[in-house]
Amino acid sequence: MNRSTYILTAIVVLLFIVSWTLKAVSLSGEVDDNITRGFLITISAFLTLAIFSFLYKDNPFYKFAEHLFVGVSAAFWMCQGFWSTLVGNLFPRLSEGLSNFFMVPYQYSPYNITYWIPVILGLLLLMRLSSKAGWLSRWPLAFIVGTTAGLNFIRYLRSDFVVQVSSTFVPLLGNESHPWTGIGDFFSHLSLSASGQFMMILANWIIFLGVICGLIYFFFSKEHKGVFGFASRIGIWVLMITFGASFGYTVMGRISLLVGRLTFLFRDWLEIIS
Amino acid sequence: MKRQLPFVLVFIFGLFMMFQYFVPHEISEWIYEFLLDWIVIIGIFALALGLWSLFRVSVDKIKMRKDNWGYSYITLAGLFVMVAFGFTHRVADAWGLYFIWILLSLLCLGSLMQLRAATNSRQKKMYFASALILLILSTLVAVFDDTWRFYFYTAEGLENSMFRAFFDYILLPILSTMFALLAFFIASAAYRAFRARNVLATLLLLAALLVMIRFNPWIQGDEAWASKASNWLMNVPNLAAQRAIVIGIGLGIVATALKVILGIERGYMGKG
Repeated sequence: MNRSTYILTAIVVLLFIVSWTLKAVSLSGEVDDNITRGFLITISAFLTLAIFSFLYKDNPFYKFAEHLFVGVSAAFWMCQGFWSTLVGNLFPRLSEGLSNFFMVPYQYSPYNITYWIPVILGLLLLMRLSSKAGWLSRWPLAFIVGTTAGLNFIRYLRSDFVVQVSSTFVPLLGNESHPWTGIGDFFSHLSLSASGQFMMILANWIIFLGVICGLIYFFFSKEHKGVFGFASRIGIWVLMITFGASFGYTVMGRISLLVGRLTFLFRDWLEIIS
Repeated sequence: MKRQLPFVLVFIFGLFMMFQYFVPHEISEWIYEFLLDWIVIIGIFALALGLWSLFRVSVDKIKMRKDNWGYSYITLAGLFVMVAFGFTHRVADAWGLYFIWILLSLLCLGSLMQLRAATNSRQKKMYFASALILLILSTLVAVFDDTWRFYFYTAEGLENSMFRAFFDYILLPILSTMFALLAFFIASAAYRAFRARNVLATLLLLAALLVMIRFNPWIQGDEAWASKASNWLMNVPNLAAQRAIVIGIGLGIVATALKVILGIERGYMGKG
């Protein structure tokens, strides 16, 4: 760090103390722990500004916030995991002594002994830290990989394939709410209403053809020429609409987060807006 | 034994999880539930392993004086403070010397890190002495200050208001600001990408604009044309392409899972 960074850091620290003091004073009539609350709001505001400072360039304040986040979040998940999973669910099933020590009710079951297996596998996982016995950590890893692979096989085959295909292959001219009763009826009741038969049929056709053409675009085992090439071109059009919609959706999501942060800065911290 | 047994385990458990779905028997479902519990429990040990790795990497960075080593102190301080909050709880109306104890413990930790990094004996003695003094002081505070208490045997630590406050005022703001930061980069990317140079780029532009207009506060209500058009866009053409992508992803995952179960894909095993 050079001299200017030290000076800037000193200024930021000074501003932090001033802001903390002012915030604590402004909260004095509202909450009991105004000093702690003032500190928390001020640190939250400064961390927000530290992250925003990355827009200028990578700098020590951004790095500070980034490293703090890593440490705090790792510890947060560790504490949550320890108290909720180990103490809350595992220890009450392992032994009565452990349950009594951690003051959680013992959950007796004749099959509780099986819960020692994941404990042993978990301990074997920690063998990764040893250079000689590191290979033992492959056993729990194999268990997790195998179980997850089997689980994903069925889960994704159902939700991402079977369900999607069955939802695509729907009647193209009518359904239960709008049964097809002939071309005459169709034209006599023609309307652009979203719940009307015409829009429903149009939507079913677009979805059906869009899925087929989209899949053809991703199929690279055959050259995209002729009819296949035409379908592939339609596929990329549909995909571009999706990418545009997803892009717009993501932009608005991020903007809403930005509005949230700015609201915090101007309302909760600076109290400029109400 | 070192490599064959893990493959056998992957095969057995993978096959079981595949076939248990087709056997809606009580025992099959019972084993399935057990296996899911086991994954969560082993996951906690993996979390401990990750935490230890983070600690070791940070300590080594300080010891070796690698680039940006100073920030590792921030990581370790955040780690320690949050763990301390997770295992302590206030029992009086005021915090007493709690934050003094946190500060003394942090300084003690810092001295120990400096002790590991010290190169000459004079420095080592100095850091050792300071670590010892700080340890004694923090222990004295912990013993004699009865406004707060350690909780190693009940989850009172999670009830600690500071544990929750650090989540609300440090973790969440940083996380949401990082995502909010992307708004600027996305805007910059949009400036470059959103040019109606050809049909495809125009489609992208129009779809994005329509969806963004939908969220405009001046065009409100479900009856507005923008709302109707955007909903139709999201529910019809967008759904078609999303479905094509999802089917592709699903087939990819299924193929990978099968390769893993059959032992064709072995990358997860590492070397050695």
